[in-house]
Amino acid sequence: MDLTNEDVADILALLDSLPYDSLDVETPRFKLTLRRAPGGGWTEESQVLADPVPVTPSPDGASAPSPVTANVRQERGGVAQAAATQAGANAGPGTAAAASRTGGPGTADDADGADGMAGVTTPLPGTFYRAPRPGAPPFVEAGDVVNADTVVAIVETMKLMNSVHAGTPGRVARICLENGEFAPLGTTLMLIEPEP
Amino acid sequence: MSLRRVLVANRGEIAVRVIRTCRRLGIETVLAASDADAGSLPARLADLVTGIGPGPATASYLDVDAVVRAGVTAGADAVHPGYGFLSENARLARACAAAGIVFIGPAPETLEATGDKLAAREHAIAAGLPVLPGGHVLPGTGTARTEAAPPGPEAAGAVAANGPAGAAAAPALPAAEVADRIGFPVLVKAAGGGGGRGLRVVRDPALLDDAVAVASAEAAAAFGDPRVYLERYVERGRHVEVQLLGDGEHVIHLGDRDCSVQRRYQKLIEEAPAPYLGDDLRERLRAAAVSLGERLNYTGAGTVEFLVDADSAGTCGGEFYFLEVNARIQVEHPVTEAVTGVDIVAEQLAIAEGRPLRLKQADVTLTGHAIEVRVNAEDPGIDFRPSPGTITRAVFPAAAPGGVRVDTHIQAGATVPPYYDSLLAKVIAQAGDRGGAIALLRDALDRCVIDGVTTNLDLHRGLLADAEFAAGGVDTGYLARRLAGGDAGRADRRPGWRGDFDLGEGGDG
Repeated sequence: MDLTNEDVADILALLDSLPYDSLDVETPRFKLTLRRAPGGGWTEESQVLADPVPVTPSPDGASAPSPVTANVRQERGGVAQAAATQAGANAGPGTAAAASRTGGPGTADDADGADGMAGVTTPLPGTFYRAPRPGAPPFVEAGDVVNADTVVAIVETMKLMNSVHAGTPGRVARICLENGEFAPLGTTLMLIEPEP
Repeated sequence: MSLRRVLVANRGEIAVRVIRTCRRLGIETVLAASDADAGSLPARLADLVTGIGPGPATASYLDVDAVVRAGVTAGADAVHPGYGFLSENARLARACAAAGIVFIGPAPETLEATGDKLAAREHAIAAGLPVLPGGHVLPGTGTARTEAAPPGPEAAGAVAANGPAGAAAAPALPAAEVADRIGFPVLVKAAGGGGGRGLRVVRDPALLDDAVAVASAEAAAAFGDPRVYLERYVERGRHVEVQLLGDGEHVIHLGDRDCSVQRRYQKLIEEAPAPYLGDDLRERLRAAAVSLGERLNYTGAGTVEFLVDADSAGTCGGEFYFLEVNARIQVEHPVTEAVTGVDIVAEQLAIAEGRPLRLKQADVTLTGHAIEVRVNAEDPGIDFRPSPGTITRAVFPAAAPGGVRVDTHIQAGATVPPYYDSLLAKVIAQAGDRGGAIALLRDALDRCVIDGVTTNLDLHRGLLADAEFAAGGVDTGYLARRLAGGDAGRADRRPGWRGDFDLGEGGDG
């Protein structure tokens, strides 16, 4: 389904003896672009386009979620443009995260913001934790007074713990997520009642 | 038995890596993929794909039952667990065996012995390896100990005779007593940790008891095991490791690697062989690793990690200490493959088929030098903030057998989910000598273009151009000093950061 490194090396050996600086190959299953690099040698841009083959086609009622389909299409000419679409059977956190990413950073979750409250939103999609580590007391509880730079939570993204700051001085009015819950980008984690 | 169909219970570049070797060997692959990875490159490359759950790893890649179910559903003969996730999980190994599926890795007893860092330390001592002065300490403040009474010498003998099951545990002592003996600063380590998890440095004797109590409570919460131990903290250490292959009877090594360029215990650049190491020290390291492998009746591919004293490394009497065993394939295995010509995944598969080692020690020859950089989706400009997203373009140097190799799972259109580690690609260069490998790797990195997420490519370009790195033999504090813009010493680890504690899927190093 894909070209091996040896295949690419064989193609390059051929190309090296020819007066061409680039090669574009596209089949329904893969796309390969080889270009001669300025300092000699070649660069490779490849895409495997073949669709994943599920073990059992649409397992009815099985506990395993039905496979997400991904379609990658190219536009003719120019740099490959790819658009991956996800259509999960269950509206799990993954789907929500993918959807919210399109909104880009800073997507505020206004709906959650009660009157006069300031929302603390997650700067990255990730898992919400109320304490610095298991067994440690939570950073804050509802009712606690916080400064703008008080660390109120951490969000684990890609195995890294990122501090979340209150952003607004005031009092923690509500903690909106359970510890360990996944927070898509822009989710309101807490509400702060600003200082009068 | 011959393996015909392997379930690849992992994701990312290592899934691609395993699939490629299986394909070369004519073994069918079934990828166990989470929803977030259903359209990934390994999913497209595998012969078949089966879903194992939603994106978060705890609900998919870390779910033992889901992995075993996937193996049964797929009709797999064997499960390759890759690195991280469940790769060193004894419960998975046992569940596979119960389901009649071969777990591609060591025996469950070995996984237990190496997963318990205190037990592994005892095994290392028993095998004659040097360890850092230290030992098991009482958690203090009256917390009950969970382990059985320490066995006597007979029990230790029985362990040696019966293989790696269990370890001869030394008795726990009051922390102050141990610390007084070994001197400050000390490192408090969790028996259930490893890979940089569950560590804390204590410099002030007055803070020791508190640190031990907190570390024990945290370890209980994080690893389900409150046991902690102390080791002397070495200020200037290098991370050197030895690659092993074993068939349960014989153990050989595939040379050493240096992985000292780290940030918060995460390796960024690795190379083989370790540079600037005295010949005698190198031989002692390799022999020590093999001794430990033999004691564990090691089966499969594994790595013994050592801390090498940076100041004496180049000298004849260079000192080293056992750190831990990683009972799986490692991220940095390609540098060893480059200098030995051995396909480590292929050897794992052969061993899993029940064959004796196909290589003798004398068959292993090391040629030239290889260096690998880990290209991560993170922004060194914003304190290495992770950068999940969608790849819009991915250009790499064309692979050149014997020169440049790229192991990656990214391509245009690929998503980099927020649930997993940030590794995008490994770029590996090999040449006749270290200088040649650096030059080739610099050229290779100059040809890399990754759009759509932020990467650490520029950091790598800078490090490979750095004179201190070029000189070879840097210590594990090197990168922190570089990033701090001078000799600022080790950066303090923040509470909650991975270096301090990791809620994720475990050290993958």
